[in-house]
Amino acid sequence: MTQQPDFLAHDEGDSVAVAVRDVAAGPARIGYLRAETAVDVDVTADIPLGHKVALSAIAEGAEIREYSQLVAIATADIAEGDHVHVHNVRSARWQNSVA
Amino acid sequence: MAEQRGLTGFRRENGAVGIRNHTVVLPVDDLSNAAAEAVAAVVPGVLALPHAYGRLQFGADLDLTFDTLIGTGANPNVGSVVVIGIESNWTARVVDGIAKTGKRVEGVSIEGHGDLATIRTAARIAQRFLQEDSEAARVPVDRSEILLSIKCGESDTTSGLGSCPTTAEAVDRWVDAGGTVLFGETSELTGGEHLIAERCVNDTVRARFQRIYDDYIAMIERTGANLLGSQPTQGNIAGGLSTIEEKAMGNIAKTGVKPVVGALGPAEAPADGPGLYFMDTSSAAAECITLMAAAGAALHLFPTGQGNVIGNPIEPVVKLSANPSTVRTMSEHIDYDCAGLLRRDMTLTESGDGLMASIDRTINGRLTCAESLGHREFVLTRLYQSA
Repeated sequence: MTQQPDFLAHDEGDSVAVAVRDVAAGPARIGYLRAETAVDVDVTADIPLGHKVALSAIAEGAEIREYSQLVAIATADIAEGDHVHVHNVRSARWQNSVA
Repeated sequence: MAEQRGLTGFRRENGAVGIRNHTVVLPVDDLSNAAAEAVAAVVPGVLALPHAYGRLQFGADLDLTFDTLIGTGANPNVGSVVVIGIESNWTARVVDGIAKTGKRVEGVSIEGHGDLATIRTAARIAQRFLQEDSEAARVPVDRSEILLSIKCGESDTTSGLGSCPTTAEAVDRWVDAGGTVLFGETSELTGGEHLIAERCVNDTVRARFQRIYDDYIAMIERTGANLLGSQPTQGNIAGGLSTIEEKAMGNIAKTGVKPVVGALGPAEAPADGPGLYFMDTSSAAAECITLMAAAGAALHLFPTGQGNVIGNPIEPVVKLSANPSTVRTMSEHIDYDCAGLLRRDMTLTESGDGLMASIDRTINGRLTCAESLGHREFVLTRLYQSA
């Protein structure tokens, strides 16, 4: 594992982190934007640069938090390490915003 | 230190400071574009600003078009203006609005003369204005005198991690230096609008901000349209953004941490002292920057993720990106590369220092990527259909 993280999360407690390069399925290092801490997650699918990985299991209907804020609702059960995007989350605010 | 580099600009008759010195030919309406562009063809140093509207508008929508045209002519990056309109009344209204700044402005109308005589008259004026503007000298200016605007576009998740927090470094430093900064993108605050409301300096500003936000969202929701693909855009989604709330958090990340001292209508100039102002705008890049320039903004910071190519005819647009793919594949559009933030090669403070250096060179005359490539997107915001 290199020192550089594969994903960056904004804040401790966020549900997701962002790929800072194209990341292949397998073990990956998660860094935090404003902290030196890092955690490891087994990524379940290839995740392109800029896309998100789940840092823990998220049940359908549960809140997704990023920047310590509510940014989405899960529309399916999401496992730790899964790719998180419009196929399994939706806006919590705009009902007319659906994939 | 970045703040201490010598900055120069153009101090206008009303005291406003510009960083460019354009001689503008401004059509009042779509019908006058041909004459305006013809003037720019025979007097090549002047800048024509063609646009699509100006006829049969009424009420608040018409007022906004006048505010935008007058504000554009009044912008301190403009030395003088030739206004061309199909008829004389609305032409005079634009001329009179710009004249309040004290700068050179004359109007020519087409009815009763035709395009060719209008072009001849307007070209004579434009040539004289261009030569007079060419003698304007750059003078030392302070950062606080340069009205800064910010808006991001083709955002992705790297915007929230890199280019937007870097922009926030510049915004906070601008406000600390006693300057004024405009941000907007009303719909793109959704999910984080409470964070902006909390930063409003008092209940009056907070109530005005909340009303502007609520009205805009009600307008969007009334359509009943599926917004996914529009806001967030297809480009946002390709870049990894999943919802409006996630996009909003990146957007808000570029506004820094300073209090919001005012909530402005579109194209409204800030008038309550220095600081950070919200302006009611669309989140479409050209519309938003056109409105901010019409409020007097002289320099724009534009964080991008997937790579927006936006420019503005009178307000230089400095684009920055932290997306390592975009800075490689679209380097001719990116003025400041902060992809090192994603590699953790630099800190946010260091990235802010680098952006400030790029800003200072732009203020002092270095052409931005958009200026050098001829990006002159000038787009009027419409509030509703013409009569």
